[in-house]
Amino acid sequence: MKITKKVLSVVWLVLILAFIYVPILLLAVYSFTDATMVGGAIDGFSFQNYITLFENEELRSMIGGTVALALGAALISAILGTLGAIGAFYSKRTAKNLINYANQIPVVNADVVTGFSLCVLLIVLLGIGKDTFVPLVLGHVVLCTPFVYLSVIPRLKAMDNNLYEAALDLGATPTQALFKVVIPQLLPGILSGFMLAVTLSLDDYFITTYTKPSTFDTISTYVVNATKGGQTDIKTALWALSTIIFLIVVVIVVLMNVLSVKKKKPEERI
Amino acid sequence: MTKALKLRFNRRQLCIPYAAFLILFVICPLLVIIYYAFTDGTGQFTFDNLVQFFSNTNTLGTLLNSIAIAAVTTVVCLLIAYPVAYILARSKFKKKYVLLMLFVLPMWINFTLRITALKEILTAIESNIAMYPFLNTVIGMTYDFLPFMILPLYTSLSKLDKSLTEAAEDLGANSFTVFMRVILPLSVPGIISGVTMVLLPSMTNYVVLDMLYNSTYIMGSLIGSYFAAYDWNNGSMISLILLIIIFIITLATNRFNDNGESAGRTIL
Amino acid sequence: MNQTSTIIELKDVCKSFDDTVAVENFNLSIQKGEFVTFLGPSGCGKTTTLRMIAGFDLPTSGQILLNGEDISNLPPNKRPVNTVFQRYALFPHLNVYENIAFGLRLKKVEYETTDRNGKIVTKKVHLTRREIDEKVKRVLDIVDLEGFEKRSVSTLSGGQQQRVAIARAIVNEPEILLLDEPLGALDLKMRKEMQIELKEMHKRLGITFIYVTHEQEEALTMSDKIVVINDGEIQQVGTPTDIYNEPVNTFVADFIGESNIFNGMMTGKLKVKFCGAEFECLDDYEINQYVDVVVRPEDIIICKPGEGQLKGRVISTVFKGVHYEITVEVGRFELVIQSTAYAAPDSVIGMKIEPDGIHIMEKVYTENKYDGVITKNNTVKFGDGEFECDVTQLYPGSHLDEEGYLITASGEQLDLTGTEVTVEVGFADITMSDEEDAGGVEGSIISMIYKGDHYRYIVRTEENEEDYVLACPDLWNTGDKVSLIIPSDKIKLTLKPVAGEKK
Repeated sequence: MKITKKVLSVVWLVLILAFIYVPILLLAVYSFTDATMVGGAIDGFSFQNYITLFENEELRSMIGGTVALALGAALISAILGTLGAIGAFYSKRTAKNLINYANQIPVVNADVVTGFSLCVLLIVLLGIGKDTFVPLVLGHVVLCTPFVYLSVIPRLKAMDNNLYEAALDLGATPTQALFKVVIPQLLPGILSGFMLAVTLSLDDYFITTYTKPSTFDTISTYVVNATKGGQTDIKTALWALSTIIFLIVVVIVVLMNVLSVKKKKPEERI
Repeated sequence: MTKALKLRFNRRQLCIPYAAFLILFVICPLLVIIYYAFTDGTGQFTFDNLVQFFSNTNTLGTLLNSIAIAAVTTVVCLLIAYPVAYILARSKFKKKYVLLMLFVLPMWINFTLRITALKEILTAIESNIAMYPFLNTVIGMTYDFLPFMILPLYTSLSKLDKSLTEAAEDLGANSFTVFMRVILPLSVPGIISGVTMVLLPSMTNYVVLDMLYNSTYIMGSLIGSYFAAYDWNNGSMISLILLIIIFIITLATNRFNDNGESAGRTIL
Repeated sequence: MNQTSTIIELKDVCKSFDDTVAVENFNLSIQKGEFVTFLGPSGCGKTTTLRMIAGFDLPTSGQILLNGEDISNLPPNKRPVNTVFQRYALFPHLNVYENIAFGLRLKKVEYETTDRNGKIVTKKVHLTRREIDEKVKRVLDIVDLEGFEKRSVSTLSGGQQQRVAIARAIVNEPEILLLDEPLGALDLKMRKEMQIELKEMHKRLGITFIYVTHEQEEALTMSDKIVVINDGEIQQVGTPTDIYNEPVNTFVADFIGESNIFNGMMTGKLKVKFCGAEFECLDDYEINQYVDVVVRPEDIIICKPGEGQLKGRVISTVFKGVHYEITVEVGRFELVIQSTAYAAPDSVIGMKIEPDGIHIMEKVYTENKYDGVITKNNTVKFGDGEFECDVTQLYPGSHLDEEGYLITASGEQLDLTGTEVTVEVGFADITMSDEEDAGGVEGSIISMIYKGDHYRYIVRTEENEEDYVLACPDLWNTGDKVSLIIPSDKIKLTLKPVAGEKK
């Protein structure tokens, strides 16, 4: 009976993994062919999709723009969120709770609503031009900062409360204590918040659609438009993009695992 | 003022930029939404938008359709994810963290690209994917949101103190009873947090439908089409209705959420 | 307690996890109604043994008999044994009442009834609500928590949670109640109160208690019988007075109560020499045998200088409430006295020890002896390490040539690579260093005992858990990672008798 249980478990895990990975992997395989449809006949292998991806000016600037937006928004979010978290953590209970609740709004809110409401406020009501990129960047910062805040708060809770006081006691000014003691302690939280912000921004569709300049596209909006359009070479070039992103994610996850295992070798992770 | 007091004050001040940011770009947009929802194009106060939503069979149908899709997607995700999380959390496999990573890794791939991959497969299988709109939507949503269900479930199941299941066995429970009376009730916070993370997006993420050539509408699609038509007032009304639904769900689930469970989305 | 039937018996029980042995050859039988305590330092295997009795871990080999029946492989839900967990393991989603009723709700009792055809059949039914209610009320009364039924367990104090945990276990009327360091999370005062309450509860319920703790005082206060465990093995089984007064080895003596431990030698019939003086004693060992001598601090009587067997200078005197703790220097030895009499620091005093205050025991460790192999560099590998050594001692009159071959006295050239040897090292010949790689092997200190003028350490390697015993005057701490240095001339090698040709 124990063995059947084990077999069933493994079968279930494998089935679900297949559901998750077969589409991605199949697309990866087809990205190396000149087929225009998955499941279609493969005439031969080619790197045409990858060449298009790197040579097409439109695709290149779209990818560059997406990455730049993600890094920029994540950086602003990291600074804003960290300062907010430190400030809120040491504030009085009511102030702290208010900030916590407000921080929670973009987290639980649907991205569609966040995007639409920002669009109405910034573009319709205040008349800020979409072409200035201000609404877009603000939108992404609204999306990302709460998550930075949420990753820094647990670190603050775990931090020994006396560290800051010890620094002051040893002659540091509050600013020095903040930068030399508190921030280094929070660094892992800030970093993971930053990484999270990058992935959230890269993944976003809705806020981008509602706030972006009409000539600018991120990967998400570009892909959605491309699936509606009829350009097959662009469509299959996106398969190549999907494959590359998949590989990058795999490499990053593996690297982070190796690093974290090395760092805390004696303890077991999770 | 003593010096110590001054120092404390200094640390608190750090939250001023973020507090201002939250007021300006999180609270204000919501207030603006409420304003627009109850005015017409000329700025006159009106209930027309509200009346229009509830008197139009199309919009009402959309609301029901979104609820149906969201409910089915959430149940399907839960049924798939619970066994996965349970098996992972209980396995004695030393590198189970790697296994967990395998399950949640797609989270970091742009969802439009993932849906593209899914669309290609579905096209290959069904030849005309427009023929099964409901089925495909549920498959698409499940594909998109599954990791967000697995993660909180895994977190809450792996946190479960082993001595609790041992205590239950010690008191005479067999493995089925242990599961029903101890493990399941104690994983409720994980279930709730997974459910909220799937339920809300699957009511609003209309891009999944769009990409799967689906002509049916969910609540999110309405906002999209009002946006395209520059109809801010009706769009705001839909947003407001969604906000109220979200508020109710959050309120209902809040008491189950032990602290930090909602941060399931924040793993990296 | 006057019943003497055995309720549970452990026969040759062993348990290992992966490669580490947690419990080794455990043989123990426990009588019905006894209060038995497993006492030992953390990681000694006492909790593992308890978990095997409860059924959470299965023994790797050996048998556990309950009332003569083998229950070794029975799952925990089928055993008439209940556990009070270390951190209580109360179900957070259930209130006090439901926590206690948990086991009762699952229990089925047989009852006889006549079916439709008039035949008598036995049916298994759950307890009725009223029966459960009564039982829960009764145990709540026993643990003094009347009126707490509806409370959520998370709102209870540590002591109250403790009581709920006990109530939840005893409500099922187990034959044996297992308690896994149940008082560990309580503060000192609370702990003392609970000790007395547990003891009284034991008397009232009349069931067997098996209690696990690392606190010797707790064990001495509560138990009918103490099982001292170290390193997975039983050291001594006995009543608290036996264990305290007649420890069988230095570990037990050192772990229970305070003691002065010395190296000694038998100098005659019932005569032992230690601390530079000769004493009469009650234990009979062979003359000239090296022994360990244990003297409890309260057994040393202060007298005038010149009287008594020992004379020394007081180093420090500390007032401890009931008595003074006086540290005295006798020659190069140091001993501790507990006495109600005061002795001024720096004064010279005499000390007397009566024969019944001297406990003599055979030495557990007498030498470091390992199986070793000579490597091609003329070093020797043993005990997880590799050391330089003098291989010429294996063949009298031999020497090494330039290429490292051994030339025997008769001029024969030998390649010693792979030769199996027996390695012996004296306790005092090993030195410890906290620099990694300073010596031939690394390990961590697992035990230390003060012997009046030096400490005796046991260092265990990580890889194969080889032990090195060594004497060192400096103070280190248990758990310190050290590297062991052995000078090459102190490594004594002997050839192994060649029983058969090497395969």
